[in-house]
Amino acid sequence: MSRVFPHPLLALSLLAIWLLLQQSLSLGQILLGTLVTVLASLAMAALQPARSNVRRAHKFLVLLVLVTLDILRSNVAVTWIILRGRARKETAGFLIVPLKLTDAHGLSLLAFIVTATPGSAWVEYNASRSTVLIHVLDLVDEKAWIDTLKRRYETLLLEIFE
Amino acid sequence: MSATLLFWSLSLAQVLLALAMAAAVYRMIKGPRAQDRVLSLDSLYVNAMLMLVVFGIRSGTTHYFEAALIIGVLGFTSSVALAKFLMRGEVIE
Amino acid sequence: MWAAVLVASCVVLGAFFTFIGCLGLVRLKTFYHRVHAPTLGTSFGTLMILLGSVTYFSVTQSRPAVHEALIFVFVSVTTPVTLMLLARAAIYRDRAEKNDNVPSPDGDTEKIVK
Repeated sequence: MSRVFPHPLLALSLLAIWLLLQQSLSLGQILLGTLVTVLASLAMAALQPARSNVRRAHKFLVLLVLVTLDILRSNVAVTWIILRGRARKETAGFLIVPLKLTDAHGLSLLAFIVTATPGSAWVEYNASRSTVLIHVLDLVDEKAWIDTLKRRYETLLLEIFE
Repeated sequence: MSATLLFWSLSLAQVLLALAMAAAVYRMIKGPRAQDRVLSLDSLYVNAMLMLVVFGIRSGTTHYFEAALIIGVLGFTSSVALAKFLMRGEVIE
Repeated sequence: MWAAVLVASCVVLGAFFTFIGCLGLVRLKTFYHRVHAPTLGTSFGTLMILLGSVTYFSVTQSRPAVHEALIFVFVSVTTPVTLMLLARAAIYRDRAEKNDNVPSPDGDTEKIVK
C-alpha cells in the first residue's frame, strides 16, 4: 500500500486537480487520473523529500480562518496607504523577529502567511540565530508586530508541527 | 437590464485591469533596478490572467480558462527563474 | 438579476483591488515598499474576479463551475513564493553593493537610512 501510494495526500489532491481540469467525473477520467497521480507520487518519493509530522491537523482550519481574516483586513489597510501616497508619513521599516519555530515545513508555512498578507514581506531567515527579517509597510509599533506574529501564528504553528 | 449591467461592469473591470497593466509596464520601463522590473513583470502576468478570466465571462465560454491557467503557470516559472538569476547569476546550478 | 448584480460587483471590486495593487507599484518609493503591492491583486483581486466567474458560469450553465478554484489556489500559493525570492535577491544585491538602506546579515536594523 505505502509502496504504491507513498504520499496519499499528494496523490488525492493531484487527482482532484486532474478531475477539475478535465471537468468530468467519468470512470475513464478517474482511472487515467489515478494512473497519473500514482506515477507522480512515485516520482515524488524518488526525490525523498523531508517528511513532516503534522500533529494536530484540525488546527489548520483555525489557521486558515485567521489568515483569511488577516489578509482581508490588511488588503483594506494597504489600499488606504497606497491611495494616500506621499501625503502620508513614512512608516515602513525592517523588523527582526526571533522565532522558536524550527521545523522546515512550519517555517515555510509562516513565510507564506507573512508574504501573502499585504503589508508585510518575509525577507530572510537566519538559521544560525533563528531570527527572521521582515519588511513591514506600516511599522508604527515594533513590539505590537512581534507580539501578534508570535502569539497569533507561531504558537499555532508550533502546536501543529512540533 | 441584467445584460446591460453585466456589459458595463465587465467593461469597467477591463478598463481597470488595463490601467493596472499600464502601471506595471510603466514601472517595468522606469526601473530603477532589475528587481523592480521582475516584480512588475510578475504582476503583469497576473493582470493578463485576470483579464482573460474577465474575457471568458464576457464571451460566455470556458475556453479562456485554459489560457488563463497557462499564463499563470508560465508567469510563476519565469518570475522564479528571473529571481534566481538576480541572486546567483545563473538559473540552473 | 441578482446573479448579474453579484457578478458585476465581484468583478468590479476585484479589478479595483488589482488596479490599486499596480498603482502601488508606481506610487511607492523603494523596492521594499513595492514588494507589498502585488499581493493586493493576487489575494483579494483574484478571489473576487474568480468568484464572479464561478457565479456567472454556475448560473448560465446551470451546473456548478468550480474549476476557477484551481487558478485561485495556484496564484495565491505561487505569488508569495515569487515575492520572497525577489526580496531575497534584492537584499542580496543591495548588500553586495554595500547600500545603506538594508540591514546587515547580523541583524542590525538601527542604522538604516529610510
